[in-house]
Amino acid sequence: MEQMGIVFALLGVACATLFSGIGSALGVGMGGRAAAGVLSEKPELFGKILILQLLPGTQGIYGMLVAFVTLSQIGILGGGARQLTLEEGLLYLVACLPIAVVGLISAIHQGKTSVAAIGMLAKRPDTFGKAMLLPAMVETYAILALLISLLAVFNL
Amino acid sequence: MNCSGCCFRAQSRGGSCMKNDYTYAVARIRVREQELLSRADIEQLRAVREAEDILRFLAERGWGDGSGKQRAEELLAWETRKSWALMEELLEDVSVLSVLRIPADYHNLKAAVKLCYTKAEIAPERLFEEGGNLDPALLQKCAEEREFHSLPEPMARAAAEASDALLHTGDGQICDRILDRASLEAVYEAGRASREPVLKAYAALAAAAADIRIAARCGRCGKSLEFLISALAPLEELQAEGLARSALEGEEALAEYLVSAGFGAAAEALLVSDAAFEKWYRDQIIRLIRPQKANPFTAGPLAAYLLAREQEIWSVRMILTVKQNGLPEELLQERLGEMYV
Repeated sequence: MEQMGIVFALLGVACATLFSGIGSALGVGMGGRAAAGVLSEKPELFGKILILQLLPGTQGIYGMLVAFVTLSQIGILGGGARQLTLEEGLLYLVACLPIAVVGLISAIHQGKTSVAAIGMLAKRPDTFGKAMLLPAMVETYAILALLISLLAVFNL
Repeated sequence: MNCSGCCFRAQSRGGSCMKNDYTYAVARIRVREQELLSRADIEQLRAVREAEDILRFLAERGWGDGSGKQRAEELLAWETRKSWALMEELLEDVSVLSVLRIPADYHNLKAAVKLCYTKAEIAPERLFEEGGNLDPALLQKCAEEREFHSLPEPMARAAAEASDALLHTGDGQICDRILDRASLEAVYEAGRASREPVLKAYAALAAAAADIRIAARCGRCGKSLEFLISALAPLEELQAEGLARSALEGEEALAEYLVSAGFGAAAEALLVSDAAFEKWYRDQIIRLIRPQKANPFTAGPLAAYLLAREQEIWSVRMILTVKQNGLPEELLQERLGEMYV
């Protein structure tokens, strides 16, 4: 039972990486399929479309960042894992949940919005600024979740 | 070019042979939509004097095989073929769009059955339409052998009935009535079975418009009630007997019936002229598909693109017909309607 604290803390690390990573993979994949469709007809839009495709990829990075900080806080990155109580372990798990859950959901929705924005760009290449702003709005909520997760992990 | 009968049967059951990923396909269609003719382009074509100049304008827009030597009908058939070739390139399984191919199948079946009966020597490309589910050669073989079991079930039954009727009576109108009704029923059923709301709505509208058209024409020709009911496809939206009775009572009664059935705008157009009714129908289709411009994840935009292409090709054909035959411009005014872009 004395190992359960570290187990739960690592479960938090796994959740932050897994769920936000899965969300980003799905979102970027969706964007990639739409990007391939447009680029097969208009290859000159590559630079602009690549940015739209990559927007849902940030959630995976946020998840990894929270996971790194958590690993560092619990001493695993430093080479000597801290002895955590069950309560502390659970607290780390809960601290990782915002970016895990919001990362997953927001990346999928950002992917969908990116697909729509890629369609918009296909029709009007001069609207790149507006097209980028729309999926970027979804990012706000991933950033909020990242902040909360980081604040929680740092202050435990 | 033609999908196998298996896809046709799968669609008529509401299923699908393979899973399609529409994100890629719709993104490509978004680019292709930019090449569609707008209302301004159509007006520009109307302003052109000679049919040859229209063909040149279309060639500059990428229509045809690039040789610049195609005749008008060849060019239009080429464009229909091109639309379906694009769908086959984009989709693993085009049976999801089968509802749009059914009229061409029944048209080709009708042509094959009549060709076998008359034994006329006509080049197949002049008889058969592009864009069907079934290979016209298969339909011709079935009609020649009078063996229709290789066709989808409702089609096989209608084909056998129409072929027998033509053979025994020699009356092409009976053959037309049987196959036209079967075509309408097939479109309507395929629409109901489709998972795409836009295809459901299109099939219901197309079948209802066809029933109204048949009722109005038969009413004017003084056909019997029995004939008219047998020609109409039974639809939820329009009760066949009520429609037939009102059509035989006269145009006013038909219009009243249509208003009561929720087709007030159609009734108004029908009272003006057949051309106004056709324009109403085509405008309705464009209004039906327009919301697909904002839908990136389903087959809806692909169906919308095909219907928009059909409207575009129909409009060009109308303009070419008027220009080639020296017909009055007013014919275009009352027929040409809204465009998708």
